[in-house]
Amino acid sequence: MKISILGTGLQPFGRHDGVTPIEMGVVAAHAALDDAGLGWNDIQLAFAGSLEVLQPDTMIQHMGLTGIPFTTLYNGCATGGNLLLSAANAITAGAGDIAIAVGMDKHPRGAFSVGDTLESIGLGQWYGETGLALNPQYFAMKTKRYMHDYGISETCLDLTAVKAFENGSRTDHAWRRKAIPQDEIARSAMVCDPLRKFHFCSPSEGAAAVVLCRSDVARRYATRPVELRADVFRTRSYGSFETLSPSMPVKSAPSPSVQASRAAFEMAGIGPDEIQVAQVQDTEVGHEIMHLAECGFCKDGEQEGLIRDGETKIDGRIPVNTDGGLLANGEPIGASGLRQVHEVRRQLLGRGGRNQVPGNPRTGLTHVYGFPGVSCVTVLSV
Amino acid sequence: MAKRTPIDAGLFAGSLDVPRLRGSRCRSCGETTFPAQKGCPACTAQGCEEVALGTRGLLWTWTIQHFPPPHPYAGDADNFEPFPVGYVELPDGLRVEARLLGCDAASLEIGMEMELVLEPFARDEDGHEVVTFAFQPVSS
Ligand SMILES: [Zn+2]
Repeated sequence: MKISILGTGLQPFGRHDGVTPIEMGVVAAHAALDDAGLGWNDIQLAFAGSLEVLQPDTMIQHMGLTGIPFTTLYNGCATGGNLLLSAANAITAGAGDIAIAVGMDKHPRGAFSVGDTLESIGLGQWYGETGLALNPQYFAMKTKRYMHDYGISETCLDLTAVKAFENGSRTDHAWRRKAIPQDEIARSAMVCDPLRKFHFCSPSEGAAAVVLCRSDVARRYATRPVELRADVFRTRSYGSFETLSPSMPVKSAPSPSVQASRAAFEMAGIGPDEIQVAQVQDTEVGHEIMHLAECGFCKDGEQEGLIRDGETKIDGRIPVNTDGGLLANGEPIGASGLRQVHEVRRQLLGRGGRNQVPGNPRTGLTHVYGFPGVSCVTVLSV
Repeated sequence: MAKRTPIDAGLFAGSLDVPRLRGSRCRSCGETTFPAQKGCPACTAQGCEEVALGTRGLLWTWTIQHFPPPHPYAGDADNFEPFPVGYVELPDGLRVEARLLGCDAASLEIGMEMELVLEPFARDEDGHEVVTFAFQPVSS
């Protein structure tokens, strides 16, 4: 069965003092419903996800108690992608025709903590006590090795951040809307060598929602539905290098991002060369660079030339993170993947405004990656 | 000399006088994992056997932790000094993540030879030294 997207909405990411994450989820859900021209009464299935909110389904008190099944799930940074996939799968299984996926979060300032006990994430407490349970260390160490193996320069890291904040400055709903000069990025404080302050995204607050339905009924509700051509979720294989790993095998395997994107292209029946706009997980610049290759947009090492030549900018060959990505929007973990879907759909419908990709793009990709080695990739088209 | 307490006894094989990391090896496929676990992540077999890992290997990647780690960091966050971290590739077919000693951003190099050492890390309530494992460059 084919699935179409009827509407998307955001509680723009940033800082919203005094607003609860549930309230943000409600704002995003109403924005997506308004965009679809539907009401909460039309929704037959709901899915929500969050790191900080134990039961995001409690938002139903504010939406209306219509008795529908409302499922919650959490898969780290891949939550948004898996919310959309689970909603699509439920429709395909015949559980209903119209569904909504809502992600929301509100994180404290500073680096993500792994929580009180590492047992809840499958690790020994010693790992946190000795100062090893930090995602930034992993981002830095994978980036460091990749730079060593494939000749990626520090300038390439800086240019990726320049592009992110430049795109943010052109996006009205972005959190960080100020372009940052390259030398300021290159001189910013070292966080985890080789990654500096402006190479990283920050935890933030916000929500995103997507309304989707069976494609054969989509025309009843939308003049221009966006088709969900593929949505794939993969966990790591033995041998991939993942965050928060006390050890890793020497034997190597493709990352979950590689596995998910390959399967998504196969499902969509198109290749990466046909993608005209992409949002990839850019927790920091190193991973945007590596994810370009992992998602099939270039070979390992080609990023150096690709980025130097501006090919990932809005007017480049493969525009990436056109709304400034995580660097300019921060990462409310539960919502992040659905923000990507919102942005690709804006681009495919020509609603990008000052950050619109030229040439009427018709095909886009979203990609999320997170702990403990999970990735979701979607392919969207009009 | 005060008694030394490991930060987690399960990390070490045998006596701390000759420190070795305690890993597990799969009886079916031979893959090795650290810390030790019963199930094999490579082939799904259950019932891995415990092994003492090699103590020397090559630095595969590294970084410097420049800010005090958040909770539950047990080190001295108030007098925090940046510290290096890396993965060391051991002959057992795995790379172990560890704090690194006796090196800094200027001296660290991918591929350099490293050896296992104990790092005095904190003191417990009884005043005993709490140690964890670390790697340091093999002195030439
Ligand atoms: Zn095995």
